[in-house]
Amino acid sequence: MTDFLQLLFSGMSTGAIYALAALGFTLLWQASGTINFAQGEFVMLPAFMMLAFLSAGLPLWACFVLTCFVAVFVLGWAFKRGVVDPLFRHGMMPIVVATIGLAIAMRNAVRAGYSAEAHPFPSLFPDAIYQIAGVTLTLQDLGTFVLALALVLLTQAFLGRTVTGRAMQAVAQNTESASVLGINVPRMIFYTFAINAVLAVAAAALVAPSYLAKFDMGEGLGNKAFFAAIIGGFNNSRGALLGGLIVGVCENLAAAYISPAYKDAVALVIFMIVILFKPQGLLGKKVERKV
Amino acid sequence: MTHPHHHDRPQGVPVLKVTDLRKAYGAIQAVGGVSFEVRPGEIFGVIGPNGSGKTTLFNSMLGQITPDSGKIELNGEDVTQLEPLELNRRGVGRTFQTLQVFGKMTVRDNLIVAAQEHQGSMFSRLFAPSDSGLGDKADALIDQFRIRHVADKKAGELSYGQQKLVDIAMAFMSEPDLVLLDEPCAGVNPSLVGGISSLLKELNRNPRIGKKSSFVVIEHNMDFVMDLCHRIMVMVEGQVMAIGTPDEIRANKQVLDAYLGS
Amino acid sequence: MKKFTLPLLLLAFAVLLAAPMAFKSYGLYLLTYWLVFIIAIMGLNLTIGYAGQKSLGHAAFFGIGAYTVAIMMKAGLSFWLGLPAAALLCFVVWLVFRNEEWLTGGTFGLNNIARPQLFGLSLEGNLAYYYFVLAITLLLGGLLWGLLRSPWGKAFTALRDNPIRAESLGIDIRRYTLLSFAIGAAYAGVAGALFASLVQFIDPAPFAIASSIMMYLMVVLGGPGYFLGPVLGSAVGVVLPEWLRFAQGWYLFVFGSAVVLLMIWLPDGLLSIPDRFKARKQARQASAARAASAQAAAKGAQA
Repeated sequence: MTDFLQLLFSGMSTGAIYALAALGFTLLWQASGTINFAQGEFVMLPAFMMLAFLSAGLPLWACFVLTCFVAVFVLGWAFKRGVVDPLFRHGMMPIVVATIGLAIAMRNAVRAGYSAEAHPFPSLFPDAIYQIAGVTLTLQDLGTFVLALALVLLTQAFLGRTVTGRAMQAVAQNTESASVLGINVPRMIFYTFAINAVLAVAAAALVAPSYLAKFDMGEGLGNKAFFAAIIGGFNNSRGALLGGLIVGVCENLAAAYISPAYKDAVALVIFMIVILFKPQGLLGKKVERKV
Repeated sequence: MTHPHHHDRPQGVPVLKVTDLRKAYGAIQAVGGVSFEVRPGEIFGVIGPNGSGKTTLFNSMLGQITPDSGKIELNGEDVTQLEPLELNRRGVGRTFQTLQVFGKMTVRDNLIVAAQEHQGSMFSRLFAPSDSGLGDKADALIDQFRIRHVADKKAGELSYGQQKLVDIAMAFMSEPDLVLLDEPCAGVNPSLVGGISSLLKELNRNPRIGKKSSFVVIEHNMDFVMDLCHRIMVMVEGQVMAIGTPDEIRANKQVLDAYLGS
Repeated sequence: MKKFTLPLLLLAFAVLLAAPMAFKSYGLYLLTYWLVFIIAIMGLNLTIGYAGQKSLGHAAFFGIGAYTVAIMMKAGLSFWLGLPAAALLCFVVWLVFRNEEWLTGGTFGLNNIARPQLFGLSLEGNLAYYYFVLAITLLLGGLLWGLLRSPWGKAFTALRDNPIRAESLGIDIRRYTLLSFAIGAAYAGVAGALFASLVQFIDPAPFAIASSIMMYLMVVLGGPGYFLGPVLGSAVGVVLPEWLRFAQGWYLFVFGSAVVLLMIWLPDGLLSIPDRFKARKQARQASAARAASAQAAAKGAQA
């Protein structure tokens, strides 16, 4: 039983990171219809940016803040202006393929331009272990879960309770009406991209210490974020949290009880099952086609 | 071979018979016990203020939503639970309030695809010629609608008014017994409304393809409705207030008070 | 444009027949590789380009096809049983499970897959196998062309552009959707079968999600809904990375960036270039006509 709890908690920690990536993914979709296949790379790049700043001698918190600024500019503004805006009116396919290309480019730019190896990344949390009811919890796991959860809830609170946040929601639900109401639609969409960028940097800071920073760390993460977002309900940001946690926990359990080889398949299987029985996702609402 | 039920309607049976139709959304009774008949070859108008249940009634007749209770009969056959696909196969055509043409296909192809599924089986259609033998029929309608000059252009390149005509033509290609027209004048330039009215009259009385069909028309343009329809049904708050000829409706005090204004 | 089609086709056919003379063994292998992917991408183009569906599991059927052939040949059965079995299996799997993902397991792979024999002629050599795959590609391309020209083609387009309207016209959305996936899957299955005999060693790696994503990329780059889109798309996906090898470590970066730029420039794919020229010409004519009539009106007003 303690093993199970152990796996549960460390799974929730990983799951919370997936939730961060999935949340950003869902927000981008809701605000601008963008399916970002480079979401994993959006996490990978900040990890390396932070490493670069670290090697320049800056303290970790400063690297994080600096990277947030750079990420908002590159992954937020530049991505939106350069890729999403021109392709917005052409439907889903061009944006999907453009982000696929972007993912390949980013991955290999880092690989060829920086390093093909895995790099250790300093943890935000000191090394500490706690024993609760026979279960061993690392501060890393606990801290990651708490921090990621806090960020997700903070984002949702921002979206639900501030004026700007509600304006962003309005844009996501009905762009035309929103602009008629005087909401600056392009700016609201930009804020969504900016939030995604910051969430990605946070995810990077939380995932890189355990899994090391490598040019291909984005591949698996991106896929899992995609599945988690859909499992939870693509048009619901709470769904991202649920989806991420489910994937994280089930992965861990499957790796221990079935076989480590099947770890990556777990997200797929859950995805298949959810799609078969509830295609709009666990928390999603059926989207009615209006004629 | 077209669908078996399609053309052998027993005499005297109304094309459409709606009996005590009810549909509620939560606490709101959108349609609260509506009954009426549409006779063969008739143009039947449905008018009423917004929220009167016209659209819900329409969608029920088209199989898009399932009513809570009541019956819908097409040529004597109970079709209440059928889906849009099935209804179309039994001879119900419709136009949409917002334009719904296939923008990337030519006008001619739009018309052909509007009826091709009524020919043969799925399998036989794989080996049929590209136009399924419907080329002549499409041309007849194109001439009747006077859109020959744009017949080979992509439907998306036409003006709004022209697309509206294609939209209406598509509903008629499969020679339906009943055509439901959802606000055919919506968004149309006032100068074109008269043209649509005479076109619909011509389609009703002198169809170039198939035989005479009945229409049910929802419209807000009062002049259009009064001029076009044989009989009109007035709906208010989900109930039928009156059914009668345009003259009868115009003289009906209740209707004037509730809807047409003084 | 229509006048040039037949001579162009004949020219292309001649080039395809003569191609082997210009290439050595590896080049032929690459050309055959390209053809195999054209078949797979033709199938995906039907599903997502013509029928407007979303599919990110195409490589799974590629894999099913490959493994079916590999396993059957290992069991001693002929390639000629394996090929239709692969196509049929993929078609049925799609219809039965209505689903897109595939679990991989077993990283050891199968090797020493032989090439088939055709009427006693061995297809072991790269040259012979090239012609064999070319023949199948042309055959399957022809069948697809016929299918798209038939009423089914219009039904698929209707399904893509406006499913609700299509349904109200009597088009069975569910059936056509299933068919578009099933046929696409069958094409991928055939391609997979040919792939297995081409590379003669298969493991699960080429059939993972990354491959499905690459296949999706190939359809969109070539031009979804354009018949020859798969030819270009497969070229970009399969042949281009080979050409870019000179850039060494950076070649994939160049490829990825090229994809992004291509999408921004040509969102409807490479084959949309002629359409864009036409649209631009029409727009220019329209504005010239407007300018001319505006001038005439101004002159009239002055008089």
